[in-house]
Amino acid sequence: MSDPAAVAALGSPGAAASAPLLEVAGLSVLLEINGAKRPVLRDVSLTVRPGEAVGLVGESGSGKSMTARAIDRLLPRRAEVTGSIRFGGEDVNQLTGAGLRRYRNKVAMIFQDPRAHTNPVRRIGDFMTEALQANLAVSAPEARRRAVDMLAQVGIDDGAKRLGQYPHQMSGGMLQRVMIAAALLTKPRLLLADEPTTALDVTTQAEVMAILDGLRREFGLAMLFITHDLDLAAAICDRTAVMYAGQIVEIRASALLHDDPLHPYTAALAAARPDIEQTAHRLRAIPGRPLSAFEAPSQECAFAPRCPYATDICRAEVPALARLDSGVSRCARAHELRGQLGGAPGG
Amino acid sequence: MAEPGKAPVLQAAGLRKEFGELIAVDDVSFDLPSGRSLAIVGESGSGKTTIARMIVGLERPTSGTITACGHDRSQPAHSTRDRRQRGREVQIVFQDPYTSLDPRQNAEATIDEVLKLHHGWPADRRRARTAELIDLVGLDTRQSRALPRSLSGGQRQRIAIARALAAQPDILILDESVAALDVSIQAQVLNLLADIRDQTHVSYILISHDLAVVRQLTDEAIVLHRGKVVERGPTAQVLDDPQHPYTQRLRASVPRPGWKPRRRGQPGTGEENGVP
Repeated sequence: MSDPAAVAALGSPGAAASAPLLEVAGLSVLLEINGAKRPVLRDVSLTVRPGEAVGLVGESGSGKSMTARAIDRLLPRRAEVTGSIRFGGEDVNQLTGAGLRRYRNKVAMIFQDPRAHTNPVRRIGDFMTEALQANLAVSAPEARRRAVDMLAQVGIDDGAKRLGQYPHQMSGGMLQRVMIAAALLTKPRLLLADEPTTALDVTTQAEVMAILDGLRREFGLAMLFITHDLDLAAAICDRTAVMYAGQIVEIRASALLHDDPLHPYTAALAAARPDIEQTAHRLRAIPGRPLSAFEAPSQECAFAPRCPYATDICRAEVPALARLDSGVSRCARAHELRGQLGGAPGG
Repeated sequence: MAEPGKAPVLQAAGLRKEFGELIAVDDVSFDLPSGRSLAIVGESGSGKTTIARMIVGLERPTSGTITACGHDRSQPAHSTRDRRQRGREVQIVFQDPYTSLDPRQNAEATIDEVLKLHHGWPADRRRARTAELIDLVGLDTRQSRALPRSLSGGQRQRIAIARALAAQPDILILDESVAALDVSIQAQVLNLLADIRDQTHVSYILISHDLAVVRQLTDEAIVLHRGKVVERGPTAQVLDDPQHPYTQRLRASVPRPGWKPRRRGQPGTGEENGVP
C-alpha cells in the first residue's frame, strides 16, 4: 500500500461513488520547538467526501488539532510540511493571497473556546459580517440581514438585538451558536470543528450538536469533527479516524468503532472510559501516558510501549496503514487480532 | 479516622449562599456516611463548586450549617489551631493540576511541608511517610523529585492527591478532579482513588458533571440545578431511573452509541440565561 491517496480513500464505503472534497495524503509536519525540528504529524492520510461527517479522535498531543490547522493553513510560519492536501482537486499548500481567502470561505473553522476567537471589544454584528463584506463584497445591510437569518437558524430569535451586543453579554453556549452561524454565512463546503462543545455543559453540548448536525445535513456540508470523545464522534460522524502520536491508527465506520475496533489503541480507549450504565470493578486503564509524535518511537509502532498485544514484530518497523474489513488499521498484528479486541464490557 | 458505618462524617443542613442578588446555593442538605462516597452532580451555575468552597472554608455560608467530624465549620476558624484541625478533617483536590501546585516545589517537598505543618513529625518519619504516599499514588522516585513543569497533567494530579492525603483527612473533596485528564489517564486516577478509599476508609465528595465518572466512584448522588437539590438517591438508581425532568434531560444529553442530539422546544430562552 504505497500510494498515500489510495490509502486515504480506504475505509470509505462507496469511495468510488463520489470524488473526495478533501484529500489529505501522506501529510507530515515538523515544527521548530526549542530550536529543534520535531515531528507533530507523521504520514496522515484521510478523505472527506461532499456532505460526509468524519470524526478525528485522539488524546492530548495526538495531532488531531494540528491536522485541522494544517488543512486550514494555520500552521506556524516555519512549519515544514510534506505530503499533499487537496480541496476540490486544488493543491491547498500552494494557495496564496486571494486564492487562500477564497479557500477559507469554503472551509470554515469552529474552535473549542469561542471567547478566545472573538474580539471582546467588537460587536457580534461586526464579527459576523466581516467576511461577507470584505471577501464577498456583500453590502452592509444585506450582510446584517443574512446574519439575522442565520442566527434564527441556530435558534437565536432576537438576532437584530444580538448583533449589537458584545461577546461577554452571552453565555458560552450562545456564543458557540453565534460562531456556528458566522461560520455558515460564507456558504462553506467543509466545516472544521475543533472540539466545538468540549467547554460546554452536557445539556448545552447536546443542544449545540443538534444544531450543528441539523444545519450540516440541511446545507449538505461536509465536516471534519475533532474530539477526544469517542462516543460523541460515533454518534455524529459517518466515519471516524483515531489518532495516536501524530499518526492515524484506524479509520472505521463510526457505528463499528466502539464494539468492533481494528486497532488495539481504539479498543483500549473505549475500554478505559467509565460506563454510565454500570460500575466496573476496575477500569481498564492504559499503562503509561499518551505520547506526542516527537516522544513516541519513530522506527516501530508508536503505541507498542503501551500496547498489551505488542510483540517483536511490532518493534521491527513502523506498521503501514492497511485495509482490513471495511476500514484501515495501522497495526502489524491487525489480522491476527481480528475479533479479539472489542466489545467486552468493563469489569 | 472514623470507622465506616458510624454517624455521618459530614453533614450539611439548610445550606444557603447569596452573592448579592444571586442565590447560588438554596437550602441544600446532605449527609456523608463515613467511608462512603457522595456525588454532587450539576452543570455550570448549579452551585456545586460553591458548596465545595463552603465546606473547605473558602466561602462563608449565608445560612445553614456544615458539620464535619462532629465539629461545626459554618463560621470561620478563630485560631491557627482550629484552622489546622479543619485541614485534618477535610482536604480538596481541584480540577486543574496545572495551577494547583507550587511551580518551585517538587512532590517530596510539597508533601513534606504538609506533614510538618499538620503532624509535626521528625524528619525521618516524614521521609518514610512521604515515600509511602508517593508510592500510593503511583509516582516513581524521579517524578517525585521533578518540578511540576516537567510532569504531565495526570502526574501532577497524583501529587495533588498525595498532598491532600498527607493531612490524613477524614473527607476528601474531589472538585472535577479527573475532568481535565485524558481518558487513559483518567482511568488510572479513578482506579487509584478507589484503591485509596479501600485502604484508608477516607470518605469522598465528588463534584462532577460527568455521569459516567459519578457512576464509577460514588454510592449516593444529589443532583443540583440552579442551587437547589432536584433529586437524590443511590447513584445507580438516580442514573438508571431519573425522576426529575432535569435529571432526565442531563441523562439524555450524554453521548452514547446510537445517540442523536435533539433540540429542545424553544432554544435561546430559559436555560441559556443560566448563571455563569
